[in-house]
Amino acid sequence: MSYEFVMAVTPNEVFAALADPTRRSIFERLSRHGEQTVRALTERAGVSQPAVSKHLGVLKHAGLVRDRPDGRQTHYSARPRGLAPLVDWMSIYGAFWRDRFDRLEDLLKRMDQ
Amino acid sequence: MIQTATAAATQTLVVERELPYPPEKVWRALTQSALLEEWLMKNDFEPRVGHRFNFRSEPMPPRWNGVVDCEVLAVEPNRRLAYSWNSSGEEAATGLKTTVAWTLTPTERGTHLRMEQSGFRPQDEFFHQGARYGWQKMIASLERVVAGLG
Repeated sequence: MSYEFVMAVTPNEVFAALADPTRRSIFERLSRHGEQTVRALTERAGVSQPAVSKHLGVLKHAGLVRDRPDGRQTHYSARPRGLAPLVDWMSIYGAFWRDRFDRLEDLLKRMDQ
Repeated sequence: MIQTATAAATQTLVVERELPYPPEKVWRALTQSALLEEWLMKNDFEPRVGHRFNFRSEPMPPRWNGVVDCEVLAVEPNRRLAYSWNSSGEEAATGLKTTVAWTLTPTERGTHLRMEQSGFRPQDEFFHQGARYGWQKMIASLERVVAGLG
């Protein structure tokens, strides 16, 4: 059974999780190729299965992956939403306010009529 | 015009524009709930210091549930208006804690309107840059691996 992490994750935790090159490559692999088992990930990771499991635990805690136990296997998949704490708010709001200023001007024009 | 300024601890976004209308008219568009909805968002705003209200729009995944928590901080008719602008609900803990301040200055041709959104935490940008840097390094190393496969 899979579940979403709804707990608050700070940018710090996400950044720390992705600061490790092995974890980044695991996350990147899951992002590109979809759901994979720990065994499949281990074959590519170049580190032991317990090490991969530990990395997956950190990624899961940071909200970057979700797991789906299936019998004796556990499947992992990327959770792109987990990158959300890294969103660049200033760029988003820069574009947002520019758009709203345009709409305000339109409204002021219509208020004249 | 858009500019960013670095304060001691947080960053500020400034958007300003010259409008060919008197401050009184711009003030109405900024403070009458129905007019505000037409250009900004649905709201239960009232121009009264201490009034708590929300702006609401369509959720924008992955980061915005569509609701902004606000409280009116300053009301000086035709001159200045300020309210807090914070993420709400589950997003409150890691989202925005900012202040939006409007300043209206009369000019020969109408009004100079300035919006200042302050309180962006510098670590957000820092982590964004850091993560980007990390991704770039990772992509470079992937390219080396692929090149090695010849």
